[in-house]
Amino acid sequence: MTDRAVAVVRAGALTTVQDLGRAGYAHLGVPRSGALDPGAVRLLNRLVGSAEEAAVLETTVDGCALRPRCAVTVAVGGAPCPVRVDGRPAAWGTAVRVLAGSLLEVGAAVRGLRSYVAFGGGLAVDPVLGSRSTDLLSGLGPAPLAEGAVLPLGADTAARGSVDAPPWPGPPDELVLRVRLGPRDDWFTAAALRAFATRAYRVSPASNRIGLRLEGPALERARPGELASEGMVLGAVQVPPDGRPVVFLADHPTTGGYPVVAVVREADLGAAAQAVPGTPVRFIPVR
Amino acid sequence: MSVRTLRVGDRALLVELAGGAETEAFHAELLRRRAAGALPGVREIVPAARTVLLDGVDEPGRLAAELPRWESGPLHARVEAVVEVPVRYDGPDLTEVAALWGVSVEEAVRVHTATEFRVAFCGFAPGFGYLTGLDERYEVPRRATPRTAVPAGSVALAGPYTGVYPRSSPGGWQLIGTTDVVLWDTGREPAALLAPGTRVRFTAVGGPTGEVGRVPVGVPTAEVGYAAEGGR
Repeated sequence: MTDRAVAVVRAGALTTVQDLGRAGYAHLGVPRSGALDPGAVRLLNRLVGSAEEAAVLETTVDGCALRPRCAVTVAVGGAPCPVRVDGRPAAWGTAVRVLAGSLLEVGAAVRGLRSYVAFGGGLAVDPVLGSRSTDLLSGLGPAPLAEGAVLPLGADTAARGSVDAPPWPGPPDELVLRVRLGPRDDWFTAAALRAFATRAYRVSPASNRIGLRLEGPALERARPGELASEGMVLGAVQVPPDGRPVVFLADHPTTGGYPVVAVVREADLGAAAQAVPGTPVRFIPVR
Repeated sequence: MSVRTLRVGDRALLVELAGGAETEAFHAELLRRRAAGALPGVREIVPAARTVLLDGVDEPGRLAAELPRWESGPLHARVEAVVEVPVRYDGPDLTEVAALWGVSVEEAVRVHTATEFRVAFCGFAPGFGYLTGLDERYEVPRRATPRTAVPAGSVALAGPYTGVYPRSSPGGWQLIGTTDVVLWDTGREPAALLAPGTRVRFTAVGGPTGEVGRVPVGVPTAEVGYAAEGGR
């Protein structure tokens, strides 16, 4: 039987199909989307012998459970979590062979938020505009996982062995985000910019794939009035009227009308994917 | 050409222009240069109301230094056909819009159908275009209380813009009519019927008794509503 697919036994709180995103359509209003922790995705795909851009699952907080219909190599990484195959503990952060019909359980995150499950051959759901990512802002790509859903797998090329002991940075106790100020830092008072660069913020529970919402000092505007809508980038720190910054993550809108005080370096955003609510956040202006 | 270039993070530039017409001209110039292979290392070109964002730029410093030296290109006359959008002018806010304009409903429909629009930029949702062209005396405010669900195909006004909702979503624009055209189809190139630069004309079909709304398409709503349309 050549049923290369995996059935969803438990979907978890929010489990989505993600790859490295949907670049090149921002001018049509299409968010880039893609895995919030792309470093984890690249590493896991290498572990299972898939292309780095192969589609994986991204879980949120409480994992998921799957039953492959064929023997498949999987690797679970990102947020540390227990992994079980047919009830027996299995390795996290490395390639594991799962037989057809076995139950693969990805447990709740012990630390961090989002675990990733990569498969040999990758998930072969239909791509939309060049990507298999679920975009929660605009509803593109496959729907979030639901119990009973069956996801097709790509052909397993099994060119494994490119990594054996990968370094896994742990989820952060404190999120340090390097930023370049602007383009609209002149919309804020000097005191607000000082607070932004020196005070501690905390990750709000209202955070999601669209943005990391923050609690902490409100940033006061130096000028009244409204900004005309303008293009937004990944990592933009947008400041709505309540003064609480929002760091735009993968599913962020492509244009917006609130001023962007600074932009977070892309290399620092992977850690943001794993920052649980309450995590302290510091912005460090560079250059 | 009066441009101001702002750095946006490590890989992007925001180019600020004097107004909407200058922005459209600059956007057209960018597309012309990219088509001619003269704009390497730029992944996204996102026009907006008075800015163009260049994202995924390999050498932002060099491009920022180069931009002010560009010759100002005129807005090239476009050769492609005008996209016609048939509309049933039956929106729940049509009477109010006509009153804001100080004209009859029939005259409001005549004004809207007599205008040639152009898509200045997209945003808010895939395929949602911000269409300019209406005379500034026809600008209307957004509704004080946004609707939680605007049906797909709704033709709407806010500020200087006309827009058509590609799918059901919350929205605060004034609804003047409904269309059956498919605004967004990922199997089409481009997926957006109303991509930036497209010329658009609305035509009136049917009477005021047509169905106002249709069944919303089955897409999940956003997790949170960061994307208030316009935001201007």
